[in-house]
Amino acid sequence: MFKSFQLHHRHIPFRILLSKIISFLGAQKWVCGNWGLFVPIFSLQLALWSWAGTNQLKEFQVFYFADFGSAGDVLEDDPVGRLKVFVYELPSKYNKKILQKDPRCLNHMFAAEIFMHRFLLSSPVRTLNPEEADWFYTPVYTTCDLTPNGLPLPFKSPRMMRSAIQLISSNWPYWNRTEGADHFFVVPHDFGACFHYQEEKAIERGILQLLRRATLVQTFGQRNHVCLKEGSITIPPYAPPQKMHTHLIPDKTPRSIFVSFRGLFYDVGNDPEGGYYARGARAAVWENFKDNPLFDISTEHPTTYYEDMQRAVFCLCPLGWAPWSPRLVEAVIFGCIPVIIADDIVLPFADAIPWEEIGVFVAEEEVPKLDTILTSISPEVILRKQRLLANPSMKQAMLFPQPAQPGDAFHQVLNGLARKLPHDNTVFLKPGEKILNWTAGPVGDLKPW
Amino acid sequence: MSKTCHRDELICVSLSLSLRIDTRIAVAKWKYEKQYMCKSHRDVKVFSTNLKPPPSPTFDLLPSNSKRKLFCYELQTSNQIQTYESSSALGLQLTNTHSVTIYTDKMKLSALQQSYLTRRANSFRGSGQLDSAGDGAVKSPAAIFWLVIHGLCCLISLVLGFRFSRLVFFFLFSASLYTAPFRGGTEIAAPLDGPPPANRTAAVGTASRVVVGRHGIRIRPWPHPDPVEVMKAHRIIERVQREQRTLFGVKNPRTVIAVTPTYVRTFQTLHLTGVMHALMLVPYDLVWIVVEAGGVTNETASIIAKSGLRTIHVGFSQRMPNLWEARHKLESRLRLHALRVVRKEKLDGVVVFADDSNTHSMELFEEAQNVKWIGAVSVGILLHSDESSSMVQMEEEGAVMPVQGPACNATDKLVGWHTFNSLRYTGKSAVYVDDKAPVLPRKLEWSGFVLNSRLVWKDVDDKPEWVKDLDSLNGVDEEIESPLSLLKSTSLVEPLGNCGRQVLLWWLRVEARTDSKFPSQWIIDPPLDITIPSKRTPWPDTPPELPSNDKVLIGTQEQTNKPSLRTKTPRSRRSRSKRKHDTKVIGVQISTHSEQN
Repeated sequence: MFKSFQLHHRHIPFRILLSKIISFLGAQKWVCGNWGLFVPIFSLQLALWSWAGTNQLKEFQVFYFADFGSAGDVLEDDPVGRLKVFVYELPSKYNKKILQKDPRCLNHMFAAEIFMHRFLLSSPVRTLNPEEADWFYTPVYTTCDLTPNGLPLPFKSPRMMRSAIQLISSNWPYWNRTEGADHFFVVPHDFGACFHYQEEKAIERGILQLLRRATLVQTFGQRNHVCLKEGSITIPPYAPPQKMHTHLIPDKTPRSIFVSFRGLFYDVGNDPEGGYYARGARAAVWENFKDNPLFDISTEHPTTYYEDMQRAVFCLCPLGWAPWSPRLVEAVIFGCIPVIIADDIVLPFADAIPWEEIGVFVAEEEVPKLDTILTSISPEVILRKQRLLANPSMKQAMLFPQPAQPGDAFHQVLNGLARKLPHDNTVFLKPGEKILNWTAGPVGDLKPW
Repeated sequence: MSKTCHRDELICVSLSLSLRIDTRIAVAKWKYEKQYMCKSHRDVKVFSTNLKPPPSPTFDLLPSNSKRKLFCYELQTSNQIQTYESSSALGLQLTNTHSVTIYTDKMKLSALQQSYLTRRANSFRGSGQLDSAGDGAVKSPAAIFWLVIHGLCCLISLVLGFRFSRLVFFFLFSASLYTAPFRGGTEIAAPLDGPPPANRTAAVGTASRVVVGRHGIRIRPWPHPDPVEVMKAHRIIERVQREQRTLFGVKNPRTVIAVTPTYVRTFQTLHLTGVMHALMLVPYDLVWIVVEAGGVTNETASIIAKSGLRTIHVGFSQRMPNLWEARHKLESRLRLHALRVVRKEKLDGVVVFADDSNTHSMELFEEAQNVKWIGAVSVGILLHSDESSSMVQMEEEGAVMPVQGPACNATDKLVGWHTFNSLRYTGKSAVYVDDKAPVLPRKLEWSGFVLNSRLVWKDVDDKPEWVKDLDSLNGVDEEIESPLSLLKSTSLVEPLGNCGRQVLLWWLRVEARTDSKFPSQWIIDPPLDITIPSKRTPWPDTPPELPSNDKVLIGTQEQTNKPSLRTKTPRSRRSRSKRKHDTKVIGVQISTHSEQN
């Protein structure tokens, strides 16, 4: 609860003191549980805020809304020695064969599931003795089923996942010990383990029954969403590190574009009317700013896509069908301030990366005022964000490089897993206890894979 | 109590207001609301579509004391109304395309709610809380609202214990954060900065503020950006670029000392103007040393005076010879002369050898800033070779690029030089200035080098030992082929421009014949010959073939410089057909002319 105070304001000691006072007052409310005290305490807090300035307010919100909101040094943690991971040996039809069938999976936004597997196989945190393992990893490539256009279809994923879990639970004793509570799965699909690309369907499905106790490593993140369960680790989507590296241009190249965006505004195929795709936010960007000279926006995907981002001050990262987007990664890598337009998004490694500090958050309904919002940010704040973005550890944490490098996204995932250790007592089931319902869920999911 | 109605193009919203009623949410889809009729027109207030968009997207409509009021909004060609909740007072957005947005708060449009809210499950934080608040507020003021919240939360925290009560508080508190400042004042039209109240499809059932499903496309009524904001954006860009320059640019820029040997000739103005403009664009302090063979002349002085740069114009007694070989030697001496000026004047900076016929990229001057003592850059050599045979030969030999400069290995260490291989031009290159053959560069051109000016100063403490003193060269100036001759060891030359991979300037020699004439300072006075009288326009067709004899062409140059006795027609000298004609006529003229000579 007090973690947020080991944060980035260390250089301003009085801030810390202040936030401690505030948090103490906040904590008092819980302790006494007496709401009669609320009004005086609240007014005292208000006074303190007004004294501390608006930043304090933001910090306060971070503190109250969630326990995550840390920054900086956590990125440099070394997971080695803090956890041991056992990698299940699965038949190659769950992973390698699928990849052989469609090698495009290696360059896809969802390639993290493949690279995570490869990384763990050679990682020093891997243990071959399952008895001493803290975490169990099941290498199953559920999103490597692409249409001819390269879009992943997750229709078979639930059955495949179910089949893999059945396999590990019958061949090893460890699944049944916890029903997956000390297992983690990489599910980088649009809506994670909900395994559907349409949000309504995904919500209807919910997280796959068998994964309800497991820790999910997923790109999807939205607060209070059925497809993001507590304890999940949100990771960045996969962006090709080598390719991005070859497109780097010198830092001194002047950033002369105010706002840059390349991508869809309307998904005419799936949402002919508009307003459903991206909850109308992308369409609003287009309709309001298509003729605005400050906005370099288009649906074209030029070969200079990466270079353009390096020549821009702000890069729009609006939601699409899902709230996350590879632009988040690209913006950080290319030092372009991400303008995140996705209400309630949970960002990758939000407990280690100070997204509030490096990005700009714009509510979806405020898109029509985007120009006002962006131009009213003071240049000093913008320069500060750029300086933070220039931090190499921030960039490193966004990438899945081959081979892995210290502080990269693989290590951040391991750090996240290590921070959950030691396991809670509730993880291990009592003898004879059953929590998961193997027969729940849509009938189609129960068919053998 | 309240009612919503509309006639053809009129939507009327009957509002029942009690003061200090807390926030209500209204969601309207007017096409579903046809069953409601306007009660009366007596107190109908019509806002025409010509309504100017308000400066902020919301504006006041609610008189604070009215008990009951009917509002009508005329709509034009609208096919869709969507209403978004906000935590502030009523606002209306009209666009003449397809959406109308009504923001309400502090009031209840219950009729509208019926249609829409039934579709949505009231979440705990949003609708649930607000519902109870609203009902209470109808009966009594805000105190009761707080009492209800208080009681509710006490109850929940008691029941669910410490851990969950914290969660509840988060949500409550965030709500009170946003609503607290606006409570009590119905007339406050706040910007749309509150979070949308919570509602979610039943499927979700948790307290998220984000609605799944179709949303309107929010289009603002004012299409054009605010010029003040545009200026702000440009200031931001400017500030960002300034920061980039301080972070990644040259830290302490040094003065650029450009050295240009020149002499008066036909193409001097052409070349010197080009290099002058390049120097004028250099974003650093600059001193331009122009060394003129044959002594200082007014022609040169008048050209370089136009630059507005700090210039040092010095003469050199010797005249420019006609042999290329001798010219190159004299040019070296001119440059050494300039270096002596640097030495005498103790000019501090980076010396760049900017020949007047060269073309420079701005990166050259940027790279020059990085030099410690002596740097080398790659020079593109532009040769014209008009004999097709030699072209073929070059292609056969292939791969030899006409580039001079430093050669690096894979680890960016200087390992050698790309020089110009003149062997294949043996016997084919120009010896005299007038020769019709490619002019060859030296092995390594001076212009490919950049020096720290302290290298030629007389007494500098930290001057490296591997450089010769200028004074020690006395008498053997002609043997100095390139700045490398000034060094005792060439291994310390710093390769610039990504280790010589970037060509930063181009070497080109194009000269007119030595006996070609040109108007002094290129001012035509007295007037030239008229070759075609103006009354003969349109021009008669001329035979397409150009004169085959080169002598005639050169003669053209000579001839055009001749003063004429006829009246001038300066306008007519532009057309292409005219020029062809010109050539021919002059060709005829020149033959007679040369006979006269």
